[in-house]
Amino acid sequence: MALLEVSGISKSFSGLKAVQNVSFEVPEGKIVGLIGPNGAGKTTCFNMIAGVYKPDTGTVMLNGARIDGRRPDEICKAGIGRTFQIVKPFAGLSVLDNVVVGALNAAASVSEARQKADEVLEILGLASKRLQAASTLTLPDRKRLEVARALATRPKLLLLDEVMAGLRPTEIDQMVRVLLDLNKRGLTILLIEHVMRAVMALSGNVIVLHHGELISRGTPDQIAKDPKVLECYLGEEAL
Amino acid sequence: MNLLLEGVPRSALILLALFFAALIAAPMVLNDYLIVVLITILYFAYAGQCWNIMMGFAGQLSLGHALYIGLGAYVTAALYVKFGVSPWIGLLPALVIAGAVGAVIGFLAFRFGVSGVYFAILTIAFAEFARIGFDHFPWVGGAAGYFLPVANYTQNDFFNLRGSQTMFYYILLAMTVLAFVLCHLLLRSRAGYYWLAIRESPEAAEALGINIFRYKMYAVVLSAALTSLGGVIFAFFYNNLFPEQVFHISRSIELILGPIIGGIGTLFGPVVGAFLLTGLAEGLREVMLRLGIDLPGVKQVFYGICLLCVVMFLPEGVWPPLKKKLGLDRDTGKKGS
Repeated sequence: MALLEVSGISKSFSGLKAVQNVSFEVPEGKIVGLIGPNGAGKTTCFNMIAGVYKPDTGTVMLNGARIDGRRPDEICKAGIGRTFQIVKPFAGLSVLDNVVVGALNAAASVSEARQKADEVLEILGLASKRLQAASTLTLPDRKRLEVARALATRPKLLLLDEVMAGLRPTEIDQMVRVLLDLNKRGLTILLIEHVMRAVMALSGNVIVLHHGELISRGTPDQIAKDPKVLECYLGEEAL
Repeated sequence: MNLLLEGVPRSALILLALFFAALIAAPMVLNDYLIVVLITILYFAYAGQCWNIMMGFAGQLSLGHALYIGLGAYVTAALYVKFGVSPWIGLLPALVIAGAVGAVIGFLAFRFGVSGVYFAILTIAFAEFARIGFDHFPWVGGAAGYFLPVANYTQNDFFNLRGSQTMFYYILLAMTVLAFVLCHLLLRSRAGYYWLAIRESPEAAEALGINIFRYKMYAVVLSAALTSLGGVIFAFFYNNLFPEQVFHISRSIELILGPIIGGIGTLFGPVVGAFLLTGLAEGLREVMLRLGIDLPGVKQVFYGICLLCVVMFLPEGVWPPLKKKLGLDRDTGKKGS
């Protein structure tokens, strides 16, 4: 049994079919990439898994228990952490306090949460900025803060929505190393990403969405050679 | 004690201690008039602090806090006048009733996704319900007002809150200090972190496992209940209650000017704001009196100018820049320290 099982989920927004009958699994301990052109329904998929939207049809199972239709906070408690594509830092709070809020999800006390938050900030390379207000961070740092906050909730499964966008190549490599390291320690990851360099380096399996439908799945190498994917997303020159 | 003092700069503690000592000593050197001014200041500092829990911490704008003041005032006054119940006992039902009304408003709003301006309008609506309702509630005097027996008290009757201004002054001082300490502790608790998170981004807060409905309800109920205690003092100090006055929207606005001018979401904001506003308004009145100018409504105009200046020049309120000036900003950068 996979950690996350998505079967036949669909979502329409007043007639627009954003996601249609999509099914996939994320096995425990693996990193799965979710790619596709803009408007393919990737973030809508994420939002259905994370509880922002209730799927019109289909089910989402975490560890064999149904979670579709539950509230976002319940899903976080169940063990799914997520980041937002358009970052949502708690702008008026310090970087540390941002992460403390996340850490309180699994910590028994505020002091325990602070300790956990400091650890996570260290991992993401934000420790030196811990007392800065989150509003003063640059975009790459805000992306890191998103990851730090989600990670601090101690999830079994981490949903990452384009956390590499806007990062420089060296920063991407650094983030890839961090994520691989976390994965080695047992964290399962499902990531939406446009940065192919990161997708190829991280993912054991890749799922491709187009117009709300799943059009291909496989290892990164297989995906990179799939004509359907090349046509709609990667482009001919990738051949 | 550790939780209370951890991370508080020493200079801040010394300043706070001096300030507190001055407030304790004040009635010994000030005349009756100035004590009444201080009572007004403390009343607004206390009520502003209570309002701040809802708006400053949890980000839910209430423009109808006079509702809770009025409920606290009417409940304890009626129990005292009709049944001889001490206000110290009467405040328990007042707390419960104000908290319950807050819960109803919160439930209606948060369950059905009413937020922002619409939530504020809902709070005004309920305060107006109460104003009109009490106008037609003869059991407590209706529009003609409700009065507590006034007599010349030679001795302070602490148990029944009958007595000198000085007694009220010290009770209000204690309430203000306790509300301050409570807010300080709340900000360092799980609820405090959750409230600030909800204020900054409800979506992100929810994604981090926070039941935002529950924590918004906590903020509203706590703020409403604590505010009603201000109403208890209001009733027993002024000895008269008119629905047109206690529940009026101008009361609600007056109450939130302090924290807005002092700094929303900060601990000292409501206190600083109350001192500034009431202090300056009374000073202005004195000056006008000396000059022999009689202009009704000058206080309202003055409040308006103050608000305008703060919004334009100090949008975060007076306290944050003042804190920096005093060198007290060695905190974690969290608003509300």
